Amino acid sequence: MGTSYECDVLVMGAGLAGMRAALAAHEAGVTVAIITKVHPVRSHSNAAQGGINAALTDRGDQWEEHAFETIKGSDYLGDQDAVEILAREAGADIIALEHMGVIFNRNEDGRLGTRRFGGQKRARTFFVSDFTGQAMLHVLYEQILKARLPVFEEWFVTALVKDDAGCCAGVTAFELRTGQFAFIKAKAVIMAAGGAGRVFEPSTNALICTGDGLAIAYRAGAPLMDMEMVQYHPTTLKGKGLLLSEAARGEGAYLLNKNGERFMEGYAPNMMELASRDVVSRAEQTEINEGRDVDGCVFLDCRHLAQDVIRDRLSQIFEEAKSFANVDLTKDPIPICPGMHYMMGGVKTDVEGRCWALDGSWGGVQGLFAAGEAACVSLHGGNRLGANSLLETVVFGRRAGRCAGAYVTTRPHPRVSETIVKREEDAVKAILARPRTTDTVAAIRHEMGMTMNEGFGVFRHKEGMTLAQRAVSELRDRWTRVAVQDKGRVFNTGLVRALELGFMLDCAETIALGALTRQESRGAHFRTDYLQRDDERWLRHVLMYQNPDGPPRIDFLPVRMTQWEPQIRVY
Amino acid sequence: MGTTFRIRRFDPESAAPAPYVQEYVIDTEPSDTILDGLIKIRDTVDESLTLRCSCRGAICGSCGMRINGHAALACKTRVTASTASRNVVRVEPMNNMPVLKDLVTDMTGFWEKIRDVQPWLRPTGVEPEGEYPASPESMNRLAGVMGCIMCGACVSDCAALEVDARFVGPAALAKAYRFVADPRDGASASRLLALNEPGGMWDCTRCMECLEVCPKGVGAMDRIMTLRANGIDQGVPSTCGSRHAEVFADLIEQKGRLDEPMLAVRTFGLGHVGSLLSFLPMTLRALVRRKLPMTGPFHRPIPGMAQIRRLFQRSKETR
Repeated sequence: MGTSYECDVLVMGAGLAGMRAALAAHEAGVTVAIITKVHPVRSHSNAAQGGINAALTDRGDQWEEHAFETIKGSDYLGDQDAVEILAREAGADIIALEHMGVIFNRNEDGRLGTRRFGGQKRARTFFVSDFTGQAMLHVLYEQILKARLPVFEEWFVTALVKDDAGCCAGVTAFELRTGQFAFIKAKAVIMAAGGAGRVFEPSTNALICTGDGLAIAYRAGAPLMDMEMVQYHPTTLKGKGLLLSEAARGEGAYLLNKNGERFMEGYAPNMMELASRDVVSRAEQTEINEGRDVDGCVFLDCRHLAQDVIRDRLSQIFEEAKSFANVDLTKDPIPICPGMHYMMGGVKTDVEGRCWALDGSWGGVQGLFAAGEAACVSLHGGNRLGANSLLETVVFGRRAGRCAGAYVTTRPHPRVSETIVKREEDAVKAILARPRTTDTVAAIRHEMGMTMNEGFGVFRHKEGMTLAQRAVSELRDRWTRVAVQDKGRVFNTGLVRALELGFMLDCAETIALGALTRQESRGAHFRTDYLQRDDERWLRHVLMYQNPDGPPRIDFLPVRMTQWEPQIRVY
Repeated sequence: MGTTFRIRRFDPESAAPAPYVQEYVIDTEPSDTILDGLIKIRDTVDESLTLRCSCRGAICGSCGMRINGHAALACKTRVTASTASRNVVRVEPMNNMPVLKDLVTDMTGFWEKIRDVQPWLRPTGVEPEGEYPASPESMNRLAGVMGCIMCGACVSDCAALEVDARFVGPAALAKAYRFVADPRDGASASRLLALNEPGGMWDCTRCMECLEVCPKGVGAMDRIMTLRANGIDQGVPSTCGSRHAEVFADLIEQKGRLDEPMLAVRTFGLGHVGSLLSFLPMTLRALVRRKLPMTGPFHRPIPGMAQIRRLFQRSKETR
């Protein structure tokens, strides 16, 4: 067995949720370490462009309005108690970020400025030009440096380790630059390793978004919830699927079809381009399916925006359009289409980030926490509003860190038999030892992505989904035999990609099964064979537990309601 | 279109580890980036080709490498822009840092230098209940430097770092500027004092490489120059670097062109005879080749000095 390390709280993932959780646990006075497969500032939180929502009461906004719009956006699948917390605590977290050093955009009076974002009537999105996520991520990293928190940088986690009582005891992982395998012992693990966007191809997500945290928690016994809820963002570049921020529409950009018509008039006459993302993406896909497209795309038109708006508030996408699509946004509309963007589903947690139920109403893993895109609290239900994901990372990252910090003070250091750790290391070695075939990890990964995009895109139906599900299961068979060409220890990215593919296949399976299970259309999950939302049967969450001997075990939980009865959703 | 990728590789676990060049010929589309090409090679030809990459959109900073001899992000560089002749592109790991494997470099030193400038906001006074008030211009001005994604391109191609690894380097200095220029930060004076030390802001040789290669337009060298000006304004103790700048300006103001021997003498001061003597061999060689510039009273002002002085006057008024 390799080396071993020890801490109270181990945070897996160093994006916004992970670093925020680590700081909160550190403030609770316990020992904290972060483990991440890339350097913290390489994390995918970087990619969040548009901003972060908060209803600040001293600016005449109401948290109830923000909460309601989030719940309406979720198509009433979001848990209302959790959404209330999100909306109530948002303001304080924005101010805390500003005090840490985030250079939020200002008004002439020197106070924080806002812009409008989709699904919301009021401008409550705070922002840094159009690289808000990056500006926040680098500042949180600064705070990690200031607090001198240890970071296992470029370490790849292979599994969660549990003690004899079934409680979380740490993780097994290897360091990329040496290949050294280690057991990192911890009384609590906070899973903040992001989403699983790369299960789809194309996707706006970075290549590292492979669902590691989701699959590791799932394999350890934690349930995944609402995995069928996959957001397609309305404005992505065709081909690679790079994101063009909703900020463009927030600043007033139009969506046009082939005939130059602002087609959103026909789908969301009040909110137009700023309807919820699921609504806009379906509208675009309908335009495309009915032939009012050019080459599978409609257009985002920024030509009427003032030059200084583009320069000061949309600088990054201006550059991006030029570099990656060869379009000058001030002169031409840019072709865009809906593209996979975000997982509303994830590891089921309560509002403190715990992945186990204190009252036993659902099963999980004691000592395991989750936050950020990896988690499903559930805040976003069937569809996430733009600029709520950054908010979730800081509010629920902080809460998970604080709760984990308190939890570990009551716990002894875990005892784990060495054989468990040895078994993990052997499993990784076995992958390296597989004999070469003609098949490759890259080929399986690509086929999985295309299959998922085909079967679980903007419009879904039983036949398509069943075909895709079967294909995924065949891909899993191939994965169990595929070899890694590079047999070395140092920076073996081939091995990393093989392990990531295993994680992604777990996610793909649960997405497929969740989508087939939910027999209705709600939020991003739109079935042409079940066109209506069915609150009678499906105002509930779908949970999946891994079952080593067969298909996942499915369970349900009611949506937690407080003050908003489901209504017909019109924008 | 067939494109040849000439990639410098390195396998630390081979019997005799040494860098070597491997060629791959693959088909590329006109829209492909260098990263697309590298991924295509890794996915279809040689899985062992090792690189860092993630976002594909020039925001994560993972894929810094040298392309045809200059640092760049592979994801932001088009193949067509890199293969002017014979459809060949040369890809190498970044410079000024050790190579771990193929295109992957060890950036430990890079991050340590970032940490050395204490890159976190240090406000003074009572923390307000709401946000710190700040003008929109002051925040917008910081956006340029906050756009830095820490890819390492500037450090890779920094000429000063190539000869002196102790130099803190352009990325860390740009990061330091971000706090010195932040109206909320209360530690500018101590930051500038720290940057005034050897290895700090005066070690930049103004080769402009960092400006050329930065994929995000951070303008590290310009930030360094602003730091220097702030340092002089705030009265940091003079160094060879700051005296060089001041004497340079003074000489031009007097004579309209540089009196190089005088620049050296006044920069080092007569207290550093040793340093001055070290220039002697070069001075003699210049003398032999009749390239020794005139100095002191023999160095005549250029015609039109009145105009030069007016320029100086105006720049002093506008500051």
